[in-house]
Amino acid sequence: MTDLTHLSIADARDLLKKGELTARELTEAHIAAVEAADALNAYVAKTPELALEMADKADAKIAAGEQKGMTGIPVGIKDLFATKGVHTQACSHILDGFKPEYESTVSQKLWDDGAIMLGKLNMDEFAMGSSNETSFYGPVKNPWRAEGSNRDYVPGGSSGGSVASVAGYCAMGATASDTGGSIRQPAAFTGTFGIKPTYGRCSRYGMVAFASSLDQAGTITRTVRDGAIMLESISGFDAKDSTSVNLPVPNFEAALTGDIRGMRIGIPQEYHLAGMPGEIEALWHQGIEWMKQAGAEVVDINLPHTKYALPTYYIVAPAEASSNLARYDGVRYGLRKNIEGGGLVDMYEATRAAGFGDEVKRRIMIGTYVLSAGYYDAYYLKAQKVRQLIANDFKQAFGKVDAILAPTAPSAAFAFGEKSDDPIAMYLNDVFTVPASLAGLPGSSVPAGLSAEGLPLGLQILGKPWDEETVLKVSGVIEEAAGFSAKPEIWWR
Amino acid sequence: MSNYVVQGATGDFEVVIGLEVHAQVTSNAKLFSGAATDFGAEPNAQVSLVDAAMPGMLPTINAECVRQAVRTGLALGAEINKFSVFDRKNYFYADLPQGYQISQFKHPIVGEGTIVLDLDDGVSKEVGVERIHLEQDAGKSMHDQHPQYTYVDLNRSGVALMEIVSKPDMRGPDEAGAYLTKLRTILRYIGTCDGNMEQGSMRADVNVSVRRPGEGLGTRCEIKNVNSIRFVRQAIEVEARRQVDIIEAGGKIDQETRLFDPVKGETRSMRSKEEAHDYRYFPDPDLLPLEFDDAFIDAARASLPELPDAKKTRFMEALGLSDYNASVLVAEAETADYYEALLAAVADKTGKPAAGVASKAANWVLGDLYGALNKAGLAITESPVGAVAGAELLALIEDGTISGRIAKDVFEVMFTTGKNASTIVDEQGLTQVSDTGEIERIIDEVIAANPGQLEQYRAGKDKLIGFFVGQVMKATGGKANPGVVNDLLKPKLDG
Repeated sequence: MTDLTHLSIADARDLLKKGELTARELTEAHIAAVEAADALNAYVAKTPELALEMADKADAKIAAGEQKGMTGIPVGIKDLFATKGVHTQACSHILDGFKPEYESTVSQKLWDDGAIMLGKLNMDEFAMGSSNETSFYGPVKNPWRAEGSNRDYVPGGSSGGSVASVAGYCAMGATASDTGGSIRQPAAFTGTFGIKPTYGRCSRYGMVAFASSLDQAGTITRTVRDGAIMLESISGFDAKDSTSVNLPVPNFEAALTGDIRGMRIGIPQEYHLAGMPGEIEALWHQGIEWMKQAGAEVVDINLPHTKYALPTYYIVAPAEASSNLARYDGVRYGLRKNIEGGGLVDMYEATRAAGFGDEVKRRIMIGTYVLSAGYYDAYYLKAQKVRQLIANDFKQAFGKVDAILAPTAPSAAFAFGEKSDDPIAMYLNDVFTVPASLAGLPGSSVPAGLSAEGLPLGLQILGKPWDEETVLKVSGVIEEAAGFSAKPEIWWR
Repeated sequence: MSNYVVQGATGDFEVVIGLEVHAQVTSNAKLFSGAATDFGAEPNAQVSLVDAAMPGMLPTINAECVRQAVRTGLALGAEINKFSVFDRKNYFYADLPQGYQISQFKHPIVGEGTIVLDLDDGVSKEVGVERIHLEQDAGKSMHDQHPQYTYVDLNRSGVALMEIVSKPDMRGPDEAGAYLTKLRTILRYIGTCDGNMEQGSMRADVNVSVRRPGEGLGTRCEIKNVNSIRFVRQAIEVEARRQVDIIEAGGKIDQETRLFDPVKGETRSMRSKEEAHDYRYFPDPDLLPLEFDDAFIDAARASLPELPDAKKTRFMEALGLSDYNASVLVAEAETADYYEALLAAVADKTGKPAAGVASKAANWVLGDLYGALNKAGLAITESPVGAVAGAELLALIEDGTISGRIAKDVFEVMFTTGKNASTIVDEQGLTQVSDTGEIERIIDEVIAANPGQLEQYRAGKDKLIGFFVGQVMKATGGKANPGVVNDLLKPKLDG
């Protein structure tokens, strides 16, 4: 048999069903792959024993005829999802040693369906970053390298470990989270499929909060079909999250008909950025052609408030973060730095100074500032109004079209250190992903081609609220048309 | 009493008071978590993952707390906001695990209402309620458990509080006291807060300012967390005096938060300006705006019992009670409940209309029963003589079986032994003698035994009739019906 780690979830599911493969075999192959991939730094905690235990249970389930889509499928879990008794630190120093007594709803749903946990995945600290360079556990390396180069590239962020593990054959799928593009941008950088559902589709219970009104769980897989299978597993209403919405979860895989004839696809004119690399524009045009060839109608649309999306995001997200991260104070769990002879405030200051990285501190300070008396109206309140305008832009556009096609990121993956000294340049990475996050819309990134250097590029599909099915359907058509078959050269084993 | 003034060297000052009362909502679970809320549990025994602000934990609203806040608003005649918003009030403290308190800032659940104060000598005064909002309580820091460390108990963390904010409508310590008393009465009637200030389930922040009569509002100071009505009154007195002294010395009042020290009898500043909090309120993104419909409000309204003001009016108008008696009886729901049960049972046993026995029943509750309870240090709910047992006693007086004087003795026995009245009357042979033949025989004996007094009586000293009554009562061991004795005695004495 070929390398089991290269199987898709869908193929593995069928082999498991036929009895030609066991969950244990599949899991053992992945444990070995994880062990051999330390160079990627994708995992911050490995749980091989737990994985084997879960694999045996999965095999028993399959034998009993109780197989579901994710039964027996080894996956990685982003470190911001709470996993009972297992490392859960959102890759921050301040949560040192934290192992929760509870399980996030998203991961629990996977386990309920029989999926297998390989370990916890690296990420930008508290999901704040676009290159995975802010992790306390060090950066994740992109499995992809430019053609003929030995240089290391960033995997994107914040779900850097999620995409690297999947692109690097160290997991068949991975959970991820999107606040401003943390699923779609890294998916684009690593030739993987990432989907972020509508805000409220997946429970946030047990997800370490970054910006509560934006955070949404999603998945990273190697194919669109795998994404549909895994997304269905983690979706659904949860009474423990007041913002989760009580709607039935469709059969996402059934949406992959490949038929988009007569569908209207919007092309947002404001996404043509000055100075954007020609190859990104070219890929976008290619995508438009694919849509037409598949029988869809392509329509130019306007999202006039797009240019305000990044500034709005960088007010709303830090504001919520500054409050969400107040609980990391050294009192109850995680890191505590006591100052000899000092009081409570000294302990707070020392703990938070040592426990948070620079990017997290920067955002806490921005957030604290924009919520302060005298600045609240000018920043936070104004940003909320603009956020509404951005959502209205989409609402109007979706009166005319069924889905929107755009680039995922303004460039291919970049090399380490290239942007880490310039926060603004780093923030610009999210220019195409942030608007949909602000509007709470479902969106995906599909691998669609390679840059001149041989690095993957992605196309982004956005859909109407609760219409993940159309996003998946269009994604499937792009995947099919692109025939993206390039693979990273395995240098890390 | 509404003319409370602070006399300064340069003239009189008026005191302006507003109260922010934090009332713990009566509910089995906390505002945003399922943890229990019982008082007196072991430290940190009633803490959920949400209350401890574990990473990734989310608040979910407890509908019962919402219902209780709406009921409270309705009881204060306040406007109910069908749309309200929970905000985060951000600050760091060791007993505030989230680093913010979930409260309501711009859009509270209850808007303006009114409380009618019952002041002395039957005067009443309306005090406006500005708003009521729901919020979480913090935990408790314990500084006396370890020489170096502060311990934190999170049992209270996340418990639902109603902050009931008055308008600055009060003008003296008596009015503030009457406001708290009345508010507590209403909360207890409707069961939305037990009003127990010693256990911290009701606390007050007191806003005090002073001004010369006719001037605009002065700068106020807020005295935090005062936990008894007596201390509220004292705090107002000393704070008003402090402010007057500063103004008269040419100084200015700093708007600040102060603490009342009941031992030293003074208020002192809690924090300096440099530490002034900027709470950075913003809507909590973990919670949707709180919305409910008219049906929810109607159901809450239907669940309200008769409120104290309505009850007092009914006691006076339908039962003919005095203003004083009615006020005292309605002041505590338990007393009113006892009284009403007693009255119903008396009416039932005697077949008389309630209004016909209402005053007697009220006098007995406020006289004999209260006297005995106070002496024994018992609450009315702990009374060894229940309402039905009390009614039996009153019915025995009413139907002439025993006299009012005998009833006092019987009640004493009831109170100590728990026996019912008729048993005691039977056992001790206390039944009143109304048999005219028997009484006539005794009267004849008494008259025969006291010829001197009879002569004086007949000579015009008619006050001596009292002497003869006393002798007859003595001879019957107090059991003779005084009315019958009077009726029969006079014709015989007059010859």
